[in-house]
Amino acid sequence: MTNLLEVQRATKRFGDFIALNNVSINVPKGSIFGLLGPNGAGKTTLIRIINQITLPDTGNVFLDGEPLQSHHIKDIGYLPEERGLYKSMKVGEQALYLAQLKGLSKNEAKERLKYWFDKFDISHWWDKKIQELSKGMAQKVQFIVTVLHRPKLLIFDEPFSGFDPINANVIKDEILQLQDEGATVIFSTHRMESVEELCDHIALINKSNKILEGKVSDIKKEYKSNTFEVGLISENMDELYKSIQAKFKTEPAYFKSIEDQLKLKISLEKDTLSNDLLGYLSGKAQIVRFNEVIPSVNEIFIKTITENE
Amino acid sequence: MSSNLQLIIKREFIARVRNRTFIVMTFLSPLIVVGMIALITWLTTLNNDEVKKIAFVDETTLFVTNLIDTDEVTFIDYSNVGLKTAKDSVISKKLYGLLYIPKKSTNKELSESIQFYAEESPNLSILNRIERVIANKLTKQNYIAEGLDLETIENSKAKINIQIENFSGEKTSKMSNYVKMAFGGLAGYLLMMFIIIYGNMVMRSVIEEKTNRIIEIIISSVKPMQLMMGKILGTSFAGILQFLIWVLLGGILLTIATSLFGIDPQSTGVDTSLALQENNQQEIQLLIQDVVKLPLATLVLSFFVYFIGGYFLYSSIYAAIGAAVDSETDSQQFMLPIILPLMLGIYVGFFAVIENPHGTVSTVFSMIPLTSPIVMLMRIPFGVPWWEILISILLLTGSIIFMVWLAGKIYRIGILMYGKKPSYKELFKWLKY
Repeated sequence: MTNLLEVQRATKRFGDFIALNNVSINVPKGSIFGLLGPNGAGKTTLIRIINQITLPDTGNVFLDGEPLQSHHIKDIGYLPEERGLYKSMKVGEQALYLAQLKGLSKNEAKERLKYWFDKFDISHWWDKKIQELSKGMAQKVQFIVTVLHRPKLLIFDEPFSGFDPINANVIKDEILQLQDEGATVIFSTHRMESVEELCDHIALINKSNKILEGKVSDIKKEYKSNTFEVGLISENMDELYKSIQAKFKTEPAYFKSIEDQLKLKISLEKDTLSNDLLGYLSGKAQIVRFNEVIPSVNEIFIKTITENE
Repeated sequence: MSSNLQLIIKREFIARVRNRTFIVMTFLSPLIVVGMIALITWLTTLNNDEVKKIAFVDETTLFVTNLIDTDEVTFIDYSNVGLKTAKDSVISKKLYGLLYIPKKSTNKELSESIQFYAEESPNLSILNRIERVIANKLTKQNYIAEGLDLETIENSKAKINIQIENFSGEKTSKMSNYVKMAFGGLAGYLLMMFIIIYGNMVMRSVIEEKTNRIIEIIISSVKPMQLMMGKILGTSFAGILQFLIWVLLGGILLTIATSLFGIDPQSTGVDTSLALQENNQQEIQLLIQDVVKLPLATLVLSFFVYFIGGYFLYSSIYAAIGAAVDSETDSQQFMLPIILPLMLGIYVGFFAVIENPHGTVSTVFSMIPLTSPIVMLMRIPFGVPWWEILISILLLTGSIIFMVWLAGKIYRIGILMYGKKPSYKELFKWLKY
């Protein structure tokens, strides 16, 4: 898989403050790439560099193999976290204006806007002013404007903020559909459940440095600790617990069950296989639950950030 | 991407022009101005219409024939009833005043004992006229008493009216300096108002995009410099449109007012009324010649150059300020660099230039870019060598380029800074980002 976007060793200083320190990321074509990090980590600076709003002090950015140039502006659609629209301008007028700034002709923009406005069932907003719309309504208009010029690369910064769950779902489906149609998406958010759901690649930035990057599945493999969650039934639970505790590192586990069970998280040594554990347990008790503990993105996020402190 | 600049200019222009305040100001201001002029003119004529009745008691009976009624004053003879009765009836009839000329043995004594009684302090011009009438009469009497022939004296009086002529042989009237002052002052003042009004509009427009949070969406499509220039240009076009409407409406309204109230707009001007007092036909003719002979082409051309130049210089500062702050109230701390040179320009213009248009102060300030648009505009009617104008324009152009570049740097950083109240020190740091 080739990369649509490559950022190579980008550094950006503001006076004495280093906003971005030697950060490289590779965004594969057609992926949904989660850009994660705590507040103030440097995500917005990186996104602004990709959008050519800010220039890096050192480092290079390549889009589709070419060094980033001004004509790439029309290949990128950007929905910033701090987003708004002109309050006293009509919805249709400013959607047209913003689309034309991205290089669409007036007629083309009109046609595509009509398609999207019909799709979202908001055609009757055309002549309304933004100040008459709710925040969520304005967000829909902003989303349309971001994707209207069919960019290769879409950058969404906290796209779901301000949406109710139903509309957030509508937007999520649209993002997935755009990916299907070939767009690459960079997705910056704090909502880990949407990262879990959407992203196939992530990069984690903390304190101006990239500390983690890769395929979500690879990262999870790397972060799993050979731990298994088990539910056991036996005549003598106490004795069972003692014998397991003597042999393995255990922790109590919490999950819902309909029967009274011994619930444990058992961590194995690196070279111990799950079958060894399974064999040991099957001789001692009835196994009603056995599954590997795979860390969530949220857990990985918290773990890496705290380890980096 | 120049089509983007066009798009921005168009949007800014439409946004300005559609603004309610803009529409109200455009159509109301000429009405207000013309209304004020009409009101003032009407009030003045009202005041003048009131004929002042002045009673007099002339015990010498010398001046009865000389105290002639005019448009402003009617004289009533109370000489027969004596001073005391005259005073009473002046008070009871509420006349304007009472002139008392007592009988004295000598003219010298008489000249020092004439009195004017009045409730309020009397109009100076009326008193002056009465004094002149009496003085003339007494002077003539003195001549006769000395045995001089009045006719000989009258014939031997020399009338002097110094003719002003410049070295290339063109005659000018003494009024020409007033005309030049009026032209220059008006141009300088207009420019200052234009800069303040439209500069503020540019600033508000920048702040609006910041507070609306649309700025980041826009500058992911266009360069900040493009956006800034688009704003400045779009707003200036709105300004020019407003200006044209004012001129047009003002003209129409003035014509209507003139025909309605029968006010002659010519007589309201200071220059012409002064000229009329001189009552010298030749002077007026010279005056008209002066207006025509003003370096009109230079005046109009330099008016445009300095207008546009001054506006660009200042509005780029306004744009930078708008980008640096989050709200209009925060902008106050940065207003000094704008207001100070503008005020300086106006003061230098109205004091130094009028006193001595080609003095050191006037010349220097017509070169310094921040004051040159105003000061040079005020100097030009007095005739400025072309090379001075050239240097001044070159300096102005250079500083516009520098200022736009500087403002662009501050703008670029400032529009993405929220919630910070920057200091000058902070702004200086931004220049290095």
